[in-house]
Amino acid sequence: MRYLPKSESERREMLEVCGAGSLEDLFSHLPADTKLNRALDIPNGKSEYEIVDYFREQADRNATGYPSFLGAGVYYHYRPVLVDTVVSRGEFLTSYTPYQAEIAQGTLTTIFEFQTMVCQLTGMEVANASMYDGSSAVPEAAMMAVRITGRDRILTSRTVHPEYREVLRTYAQHQGMPITEFGYDSESGALDLADLEAKLSGTLHNKVAAVIVQSPNFFGIVEDIKAAAALAHKHGALLVMVFTEAVSLGLLEPPRDADIVAGELQSFAITPSYGGPFAGIIATKEKFIRQIPGRLVGETKDSRGNRAFCLTLSTREQHIRREKATSNICTNQALIALMATVFMSVYGKEGLRELAEQNLAKAHYLADGIEKRFAGPFFNEFVVKCNGTGPDVVNEKLLAKKIIGGLPLGKFYPELKDCMLLCATEMNKRRHMDEVKSAF
Amino acid sequence: MILKTRPHLTQNEPLLFESSSPGKKGYQLPPLDVPAVDPKTVLGAEHVRDEIEGFPEVSEVETIRHFTRLSTWNYAIDLGLYPLGSCTMKYNPRVNELVARTEALAWAHPYQPESLSQGAMEIMAELERCLAEITGMDAVTLQPAAGAHGEMTGIMLIRSLLEKRGDARKKILIPDSAHGTNPATAHMCGYAVQNIPSNARGLVDVELLEKAMDETVAGLMITNPNTLGVFEENIVEITKIVHAKGGLVYMDGANMNALVGIARPGDFGVDVMHLNLHKTFSTPHGGGGPGSGAVAVKKHLEPFLPYPRMKREGDQWAFNYDLPESIGKVRAFYGNFGVLVRALAYIMAHGGDGLRRATMDAVLNANYIRKMLEPYYDLPYKAPSMHECVFSDDRQAKKGVRTGDIAKRLIDYGFHPYTVSFPLIVHGALMIEPTETEGKREIDLFVEALISIAEEVDEDPQLVLGAPYLTRTSRVDEVTAARKPIVRWRPQAAVGKAAD
Repeated sequence: MRYLPKSESERREMLEVCGAGSLEDLFSHLPADTKLNRALDIPNGKSEYEIVDYFREQADRNATGYPSFLGAGVYYHYRPVLVDTVVSRGEFLTSYTPYQAEIAQGTLTTIFEFQTMVCQLTGMEVANASMYDGSSAVPEAAMMAVRITGRDRILTSRTVHPEYREVLRTYAQHQGMPITEFGYDSESGALDLADLEAKLSGTLHNKVAAVIVQSPNFFGIVEDIKAAAALAHKHGALLVMVFTEAVSLGLLEPPRDADIVAGELQSFAITPSYGGPFAGIIATKEKFIRQIPGRLVGETKDSRGNRAFCLTLSTREQHIRREKATSNICTNQALIALMATVFMSVYGKEGLRELAEQNLAKAHYLADGIEKRFAGPFFNEFVVKCNGTGPDVVNEKLLAKKIIGGLPLGKFYPELKDCMLLCATEMNKRRHMDEVKSAF
Repeated sequence: MILKTRPHLTQNEPLLFESSSPGKKGYQLPPLDVPAVDPKTVLGAEHVRDEIEGFPEVSEVETIRHFTRLSTWNYAIDLGLYPLGSCTMKYNPRVNELVARTEALAWAHPYQPESLSQGAMEIMAELERCLAEITGMDAVTLQPAAGAHGEMTGIMLIRSLLEKRGDARKKILIPDSAHGTNPATAHMCGYAVQNIPSNARGLVDVELLEKAMDETVAGLMITNPNTLGVFEENIVEITKIVHAKGGLVYMDGANMNALVGIARPGDFGVDVMHLNLHKTFSTPHGGGGPGSGAVAVKKHLEPFLPYPRMKREGDQWAFNYDLPESIGKVRAFYGNFGVLVRALAYIMAHGGDGLRRATMDAVLNANYIRKMLEPYYDLPYKAPSMHECVFSDDRQAKKGVRTGDIAKRLIDYGFHPYTVSFPLIVHGALMIEPTETEGKREIDLFVEALISIAEEVDEDPQLVLGAPYLTRTSRVDEVTAARKPIVRWRPQAAVGKAAD
């Protein structure tokens, strides 16, 4: 009970003011049949040392110190020390959503910088204050496209992260927003543009609100966003571009032709943390600003004429519009977005590029000499064939050397059951990459 | 008199983009241990971007100063009472931050083999068990990322069960005192919303509910204690009315800090609810997130929970994806694991008895504030308070001072304001939730501040209307911000061009 800052005498004084004889009296108005008449079955309070020890013990049952070649939406990148220094400051860590602008300028300014950097990175004109994560940003982008176009069908590439598509399906099921998937080219691993064109002009003609693609796609392949956008636009649909590997934007042409960009910033100094918390983004064109979900920070002035920031366009949001809101989203991921903001500040213009180039070089070194499944250009991930043995045998071999290999693809793509997805970042050492190569 | 604060200097600081200079760096990468490749060759020139225009170019020292200076412009729990009603701004224990950063937890990849994830899975299983015990429910999913996300999950579960019974039904009943997320959520799940007015005591009007409840209603979304901080004393009857017509009861758990260890929603008839781990279970709000919106359900809704679910295989945990009735995934992977670690650390620190004691102290603090302020502010609903109390600005409004003005003046007194103008059923609401982690001294300072402001309103309302005076940023023009939204920085030259 060390988090309860009262002495017994203070409690008594306060109870007296309340006209209560005991703490229990404060609950005497609760009907008897609503009350719990026993202690909770949770062990007694533990000391700080015992808590640290418990989590250390659990951590010891997890992989510790294994070099890993997993990517698939969650990437190992170095976290500059400044990131935790900044987010550990109580003024950021223990503040609430910045409704009271006069005493929240710190948070508001960092979000304004975040929104700006996301725009610079993606080539978009406006970005919101962040979403829960990349996977939930995708259905929010789809719903946004439905509002903008007045159409209801969504066409998504099979090379969008499989879990993102699963989340999209969950959100869509009760919104009258049917989802159709289109394929990938089995040679290149990139979008099958002919299939996209066929679907856009077939039964879905003039019904598609958004075409959703990912680049680099789930197989690591860099997509031709321009061509996909041209097709979507020709049929009156919006193009939603998804990304899971934000570091790629240090090097790749930003998706200027997309209408909405929905992505995940986990790569920017956000620990993998067994899948979360992460920070998603939604960025778009200025003309769609009133359809963007979630928080937005805007620039204004205070009554003395100084620059100031505040939450803005909140008439889109649930606490004002209730069931007519653009989304039910309430929280953003401010602290996690701040990690990404500090990361972008530390690396900056040159650093992000150099980092991306290192990723590119590492992945191409790893890929050199093993049989890739697809021929398309890739960034820091690629699909490998595990001829004869299958991915599980390769991974077993690597685990014996205390290396975590790639992601077997059979679970998400039955046609690729003999393949795995390998990822290399600046964190992977050459000698470990050599071990991986020799396992095939 | 202002007792809690005294002004001190704060540092000015431009935006990062404005202090950038070409070629300045705050990073150094190790030398590449593999051959470099030419991006244009391997990717194709058309896929390679030019430099990121306007991106920061600053040094490490400038970066740390930048964010440190900005941080000093924030109010925070670490600086004092943060009485936002329904937000449960309690102390965020620092040991939680430490354990969440334990290397093999923080760096665990969601796709690493289950055999090498047993620690992470055990932590989630233990948290699920604790939350089921606290809520009196049968099963818990930790996947939703936040409270509103949990609501969406919960309403989808209801929908799935009803669909299985053969009729998803048309609408959701929501009391008029509910959070705005409730109606927005119902809408996202394909339901129409019907408001249930509160009665004169601020409680759900049971008669009106009974009238509204029929076979077209999928369920009721109820907050208990409600947003007035009042326990719905008819809750057992309410849940019976809904169940009798085949509906289900969803409870918004935002106010669970009033109940932990005292009463369990599962025991009073709730079918499904969410918990805000960032409220009740002390994980940091971080300026607006991350949260976690765990959802607890009764047995009959368990088959519909998001996949995967954890199951025991011998002495190991395994993920089970084979759940044909599941609503699907609401988020990639397994939830905000880092937040879950912190929540479990909080539960462990308190233990069962400590959690109950925390609830009691939270309710004590709210009732104390209510008693102390009642002579000065109008209390529109007199039912006993739980963890928060709600006043109205009725008396002050007669002098032209509204709740928002009182809130701004409170800033000068060194406090973050209470929740302003919510719930909507109170005209000009001041919604105050102190939580249990405030000592008597801090609460007394807060009470004195609000009494002093009430006196100022009587003597010199203009003084209050112009507040705050002592902050580095004076009252912010939110109207202009919304009329001409500027949501990103642009270089001066570009701004000039756009203006031309």
